[in-house]
This record gives sequence, C-alpha cells and structure tokens, in this order.
Amino acid sequence: MMDYEKVGLMVGIEIHQQLDTRHKLFCYCPTPHREVEESNFEFIRYLRLKKSEIGEEDRAAREEVERSRRFVYKYYDTTCLVEADEEPPRELNREALEIAIQVAKMLNMEFADEVHVMRKIVIDGSNTTGFQRTALVAFDGFIEVDGKRIGIATLCLEEEACRKVDEGEGYAVYSLDRLGIPLVEIGTEPDINTPEMAKKVAAKLGMILRSTGKVKRGLGTIRQDVNISIRDGARVEIKGVQDLDILDKIVEYEVVRQLNLLEIREELKRRKAEVDGRIFDVTDVFRNTKSKIIRNKTVKAILLKGFAGLVGKEIQPGRRLGTEFADIAKTFGLGGIFHTDELPAYGISEDEVKNLKAFVAAEEGDAVIMAAGDAARVERALKRIIERAKYCLVGVPEETRKANEDGTTSYLRPLPGAARMYPETDVPPVLITQEMLEVEIPELIEERARRYEKLLPKDLAWEMADSPYYRLFEEYAAKMQPTVVARVLHILPAYLRKEGVNVDVLEERHFRLVLDMILNNEMAKEGAEEALKILAERPDAGRKEVLSRIGVAEDLDGFIRKLVEEKADLIAERGEGAFKPLMGLVMKEFRGRVDGKVVAEKLRRAIEDFIG
Amino acid sequence: MLEGRRVRIKAKGRVFEGIAMPSFTGNFVLKLDNGYNIGFKEYELLEVLDEERFEVEIPQLARKEGLPNLKIISTGGTIASKVDYRTGAVTSQFSAEEIASEVPELTEICNVDAELLYNILSENMKPQNWIELARHVYDALKKHDGVIITHGTDTMHYSSAALSFMISTPKPVVFVGAQRSSDRPSSDAAMNLLCAARVASEDLGEVVVTMHGSTSDDFCYVHRGVKVRKNHTSRRDAFQSINIRPIARVEYPSLNVEWISWRFRRNERELNLMDRLEEKVVLIKFFPGLRSDILEYYHSRGFRGFVIEGTGLGHVSTDWMETLRRICEDSVVVMTSQCLWGRVCDRVYDTGRDLIRAGVIEGEDMLPEVALIKLMWLLGNYSMEEAKEMVKKNIVGEIEPTTKY
Repeated sequence: MMDYEKVGLMVGIEIHQQLDTRHKLFCYCPTPHREVEESNFEFIRYLRLKKSEIGEEDRAAREEVERSRRFVYKYYDTTCLVEADEEPPRELNREALEIAIQVAKMLNMEFADEVHVMRKIVIDGSNTTGFQRTALVAFDGFIEVDGKRIGIATLCLEEEACRKVDEGEGYAVYSLDRLGIPLVEIGTEPDINTPEMAKKVAAKLGMILRSTGKVKRGLGTIRQDVNISIRDGARVEIKGVQDLDILDKIVEYEVVRQLNLLEIREELKRRKAEVDGRIFDVTDVFRNTKSKIIRNKTVKAILLKGFAGLVGKEIQPGRRLGTEFADIAKTFGLGGIFHTDELPAYGISEDEVKNLKAFVAAEEGDAVIMAAGDAARVERALKRIIERAKYCLVGVPEETRKANEDGTTSYLRPLPGAARMYPETDVPPVLITQEMLEVEIPELIEERARRYEKLLPKDLAWEMADSPYYRLFEEYAAKMQPTVVARVLHILPAYLRKEGVNVDVLEERHFRLVLDMILNNEMAKEGAEEALKILAERPDAGRKEVLSRIGVAEDLDGFIRKLVEEKADLIAERGEGAFKPLMGLVMKEFRGRVDGKVVAEKLRRAIEDFIG
Repeated sequence: MLEGRRVRIKAKGRVFEGIAMPSFTGNFVLKLDNGYNIGFKEYELLEVLDEERFEVEIPQLARKEGLPNLKIISTGGTIASKVDYRTGAVTSQFSAEEIASEVPELTEICNVDAELLYNILSENMKPQNWIELARHVYDALKKHDGVIITHGTDTMHYSSAALSFMISTPKPVVFVGAQRSSDRPSSDAAMNLLCAARVASEDLGEVVVTMHGSTSDDFCYVHRGVKVRKNHTSRRDAFQSINIRPIARVEYPSLNVEWISWRFRRNERELNLMDRLEEKVVLIKFFPGLRSDILEYYHSRGFRGFVIEGTGLGHVSTDWMETLRRICEDSVVVMTSQCLWGRVCDRVYDTGRDLIRAGVIEGEDMLPEVALIKLMWLLGNYSMEEAKEMVKKNIVGEIEPTTKY
C-alpha cells in the first residue's frame, strides 16, 4: 500500500457537467446528439495562433499550430451560423445561468456581482472560433466528504466543445452538434490526498449536480479532469475521465508514473546521460528495409546518450518511457516511433540497427529513437521529443494528458498557460441580481435516499432516489406497495435493457400506464415485465393493446372453465386433490402475466363449484 | 487611473489580486490571475502593485529579390490586430514588420510596405476620406507593383466603387477585409490578405475586392470594385459579385489563381487621377407610400444628383411624375432597382415610359450604391450635360453590355 502522505499527493478535480437546457449557451439551437450521417453540410477551416502584446504565445496553442491541421466541421439542421462561427453569439442563456447559480449555492459558494464571458484560446479545432467561451460565476465554496472539508475554488459556465468524429494525417473531423451545450465546470482546491478521496469527491459532486434535476444524463454528459501532483513531481492535468469507477486508479497510476520518472531521472544522472540535440536523416540506412512501416518514407533519428534500457522501462502498466515519446509523435500525425531498446523488430533487421547506431555514432549505453513519415512532420515531432527527452533529466514535465480506459494516461499537449484568456466582447456582462440568488435549493439525492430507505431495501432506495422518475415513485408509493413501484420504474427496465430491449424509448406516460393497470387490478404485478416489453417495442400501443397481448382476466376465467371441463375425470377422482396438478397447468400458461394468488383463488373456486 | 494596473482589493469578504479592467457598467472589473474577468459592485482598494512593462522587439524585414513590391494601406480594418491577453485589449497597429509577424507567409510572396492612413470604422467613411485615399493609392501606384487596401467590410464596396472611378490604374488595387475580427484564431483576415497579395501581384489593372468565396477556408473570390456588394451581415462569404461573375478565384492555401471573367490587364490603362467628388448626391429607396416631398427636400437643399432605388424594372409611384419632371430640368436623376439583380428597363410599362419622358435616366444594370458614387464622380468632374450623357456609358466596368446567366 502506497503511503500517499509521504509522496505528498495533491489532487484537484474539475467536473464538467452538461446542463439540460432548452437551447445552447450562446444560440437558440436545441441540444440533441446527432449521428454524423445526418449531417447536411460540411465546411473546412484552419486556425491561426495569435500573439499577445508582449510577443508571448501560449505554449499549448503553439504546439497545436505546429501540428497544422485542416479541420472539417459537420453541420446539421439543428445547428446554426453561431456554431459555424459565421454569426456573433447571442446573449448568455439565462436558464443555464440560473442552473449554475443553483449549483453554486449548493456548494456554499460566493458569487460574482457581474459575470463576464471570456474567450479561452483553444486551437485543436474543437471550437470553430479557436476559443471556448467561459465565465466565472462563483468562487470560494466547499463540500464535506467523510468529515473532511474540500474547497470548491471556482464554478464557471462555459460552452461544450465539438465532438471529434475522425482524424488522420493533417486533418481532424468534428461534429457541431455538441458545440455550445452549456456546461458547468466545478474546480476543487487541491485538498484531496488519496485516490479513494478523489473518487468520493467526484461522486459527491455528481450527486449534487443530479439533485438539481436539470443536468444531462448518459454517456459523455459528465467528464472529470484530474489535476495530480506529488512532491518533486509536477502538476499534471488528466482530461476526460468519463467513468467514475476508474478515477482512483487514474490517481494511483499517475503517482506511479511520476515516481518512475523520478527514478529514471536519478538513474540518468548517475549515468551522466545527455540528449544530443541533432536530428539525423537516416533514410538511406533503411533504403532496402523489409519493414513495411518505414519503407519509402523519410526516416529521421535522434540520439539519447546514456538512455539505453530506460526508454523501454515500464512507467505505468503496459506503458514505457518510449510510449510517452510515441504519444508525442502521434499528436504530430505520425504512427509512432521506434527505439533501440525494442529493436530489432517490426521487420527491422539487426544489420539495420547496427548501421543506424553507426550513422548517429551511438555507443554502448545510448538509445536511438527514430520516426518515419512526411519529412516536415517527422522533423517537428522529433524536435518535440528531444525537448521531452531533455526533461527526463529534470523530472516530471507539467502537461495535459488524456485518460485511457484502463486507468493509464497518454500525452496530449503542454499544460496551457494562464495567458490565454481575453474578453468575449460580443456578449454583454450579466448582473447577478438578488432575485436570481433567491433560487430554491433542491433536496439532495442522498437525503431523498435516506427517506426511501424506510420504504425500500437500501441499494434500491439509492437507485430510486437518483432516478429521473423519483417523483413518479413518490406519487405511486403513496398508493401501492413501494417495492412494486420501484420494480416497475427501476429493476425491470434495468433487467430488460440487459436482455437487449430498447427501454430508452420508455417515457413517463408508459410507466404511468403500467402502474395504473396494476393499481386498478387490470393486470397482476407479474405482468409488468411483459407490459414494459410490449411498450418498449411499440411505444404507441394503448392500454387495450397491452392488456390483450398479455392476456386479460377474462381469458384466465375461460381457460380455467375449459380446463375443469376437460379434466372432469381427474377432479371427480381426486376431488380437491386435483388442485395441485391443475394449478401447474394454469401457471404454465399464465406465469408472469397473472398473479399466482389470483390464479389459485379462481381455480380453487372453479373446482369447488364443480364438486358442488 | 487604475485600468491596466495590478491591484489588490477586498470584495465579498476576501482579498483578490489582479489587473483592473475597463468597465462599461459602472461596476469594478478585475482580471484574476487565472485569466477570468469578474465584476464587483463594492470593493475596497488595498494596494496598487507595480509591474514591469515589456518592450516588444520586432525583427526587421529583409527584402527579397524577385518578389513583387506591394504597398498595404490600412484604413482601419483590423486585418492584423493584436490581442493583449493580460488586459484583453485588442489593438490595431500597423507596420510592415507587424503584419509580416502575424502572417509570415506573406513574406514568401511579396515585399511589403505599409502605411496606416486611417484608423476609423468603415461606417464612418465619408467622401472626403475616399478622395484622400485615392491620392495615397495614386502615389503608391507610381512606386509599387500593386496596392492592397485593408478596409472595414460595412462600406468596402462603396470605397471600391469610389476608387474605381477616381483612379485609372495600370496595376492591381485590391481591397480586403475580414468578417471575423483578426484577433481570433478563426479570423478570415490572414487568408483574405494572402489571397489579396497574390492578386495584387498578378496580371491585373483594376480596382477589386478580394474576400472569402465560401464559408470554408478554401478559396477567395476577386470581385470587380464596381460590381460587388456586401450581401450578408456576418458570413465570411458576404461579398458577392452582382450582374457579373467574379473576376477570379484564388485557391487556398495554394494561392493558385483561376481567371473567370474579362478583366483590365496590367498596363492596359494609363495611370491617372480624377479625384473630385460632388457630395450633394443622394440615394433614395422608394417604397409604397413614400411621398415625392423627399425629392423636393433634397432639391431645395441644392442637391442636383439623385439616384432612385425603384421597384422592379425601375419604377416609382405615378404620383412622383410631376415632381420628377420639375427636378429633372436642372438635375441628373438615375433610376436603379431594389431587386439588385437585373437591368433597369423603363420602356416596358407606362410608368417607365412616363419616367423617361420626365427625364429620368435608366441606370442599366448598375448597383444603386455604384450609381450613387458614379454620379458623385461625374458631377464632380464634368458638366451637368456631360454627366447626363455619361450615366449610361460604361466607364470602368460598372455597366455590362449583356446580361448572362
């Protein structure tokens, strides 16, 4: 078990939650997800970096520009000229601001008197304008998790970026459907000091957000960015953690990565290692290579003196220092890199490795890294890899990384500087009035869950409290058995989804129909599963159709009457003893559709009547 | 003055440090160190902190042999403006070095000289500004291979028409602007400027406008200065040629030029300047119910040039006939159409025939704005009778002899 206090772990979380508003933050477009095939128009753009007055360029933006890409944007009938950067933004969406204020109040925050919309430079193409519009709404709040107070530094209202749908050498394709959906970004102070705490804080913030009932739900509607640092390490921002379950693992693995990088630094110092700054054109060495990956391409190499064995050293499960270099190459549009710690391989022969080493005058103990592809791209990527390799002698570089599904992370870009924000003059500032602050704070999901624990088993109480249909639950739980209501609203849909039934089409009216049929004794509670299934398949089916398809009470009576006639001999012979075998026959037909108790009662009466 | 200074203040019960920003609402606006601006109604100033200012060093531009020498004259179009991320201010400075540092590709296609003539918004342009601009362009054309004029988009087509009449040019004079302010990474300014520089280096001898040809960053169109109009409030491809196809298409980023319709070639015309303009010329848009008093008003104020933006083929209400007859006696009255697309013809309907009898001159397929400027120029440089003769005569391409699909 790692001693996180000893390594000086500090974690801050940034939550980005999409709001469920009627329209986008700076235009009147709706916010549905669209399939790329539904796009009715596309256009292309390039983005350019702008220098500040003091001649400074944002380093993250600079690197994006050097990757120099052409951006293709997919347009839909649900997007407009504002998303296309062909019309000025409209005024800030008040509905979104109201939700942001509500959330901020729940986080015990202090408010700005006047909200100013800013432009945050983003040059990766995910914003058509080259910036993201963002506004600081509140600051200085806190929440309590396990008795520990976690500071909430800022709450910002900002626009969601485009969805990347494809990319390749020199281009990226983005979908405009997501651009402009309102987001609240909540940033904690770096008060978190264990991986478990990180997960708990994120879960609590998520719970608070959902308690408003005004946030979007489902895949990709909430994302966590995690800022992690350890003593002697560096602040690393990990972007886009979609799955809360791996948040602790991400923190854990990042600590491991930083410790390993520090260890590599110590070893490099011991070896007196250094990075030769030159880029060698080694295309001729591979003139007749059998490796398909580099054949007929420009191949260039760099020399890392004293790095042998370390480039292949694992720093996170399945990831080596070489993988970090390969990440950089990939961001410059290349397939990756080769390094001598892993060669000969990939069709590159031992002789070629020998010639490569001779070409760059590599000695025993040195490592050579090479990349192949378009000459200019290879040059730019290797230049950046040299920079990164030099940093191995310093320690852990500050950077932005992206979360992988297994909890490891990959290099994305340098950490953006603070010098990248300027006012969005197209949107007037908004005064936060006393009236706007008088918004009611909703009941928290956890408070609601505690109320439900009196009605339901604990796990189910929490699920039900967190359900978008909790209001429906409360309404029907007052009239019928709460467990039956929870079963219809939560357990059965979850089960049917696993069975492959498309329960996403079910709406409140469908659940009401099913609950009413049970409440009015038109259907046994056992029939609910079948009824929901029918409604999922035919959402427009009415009450009559559902009842006729699951078999109504009349059918049951008829079936029993017929059965009693057919089995007259048996009943005559066994009397009431015939109940058991006959019950089996009825249930074979009606199981899951009619309550067993009802069947038993009817059958018993029919037998009694027959016997007279 | 606190603006631009680093301050420490107390507000909302805590201490903030940042840069004091300009405010338009009366509240105090502070730029925090995380880059966000935030407004406070009440605050207490604790301290003003001093900060060192940076001097920007801009490398000198080296002239390259064999490249065309171009002059860029700025009239205030923020084609190469800069943003100060610290204060958020956008400034429009203008030296050749600064332009080249913003759009470095420019130095690969031409040598640039730059001049900041005005720093005004294009909606504030006046005929006097066109005269001064024409004189500067005329001087530049003596020494340079081509001239680029950066201009605000709102009235760019008025300015391009004015210069088209005032300067007989043997070289390209290219107007260019940006629909997105050039402080944004997505601005159309750089691409428009690069395409303009290529056009200014080409075999061309007239005044043109070069702007995006589509919403994409894929090509620019080159429009004749007297046949172009801003047809959208915000789109990159707002400028369109009317009643003629664009002169050329410039691909981006290759900058290959494809000529589409006829053009004045380089050195086809002698350099000449006729820079007088009569300012008492008015453009009146007719609409149902508008009374002819408006004509009387201008006439009584000494206006002798009238361009009417009529309906359809070139009509106004029959009630205007009496007034028009009177005014035409000592004024030039030109009929154009609010349809914009098409040619005026007052010989089809009775109203039109009455207009011609009253002395109104058909403006052919001229855009109303272009007819306005042409009349200013004609009345500034010729007699009334000569002006009347020349209205229907094509001078610089403002009238096409035939109308094409």
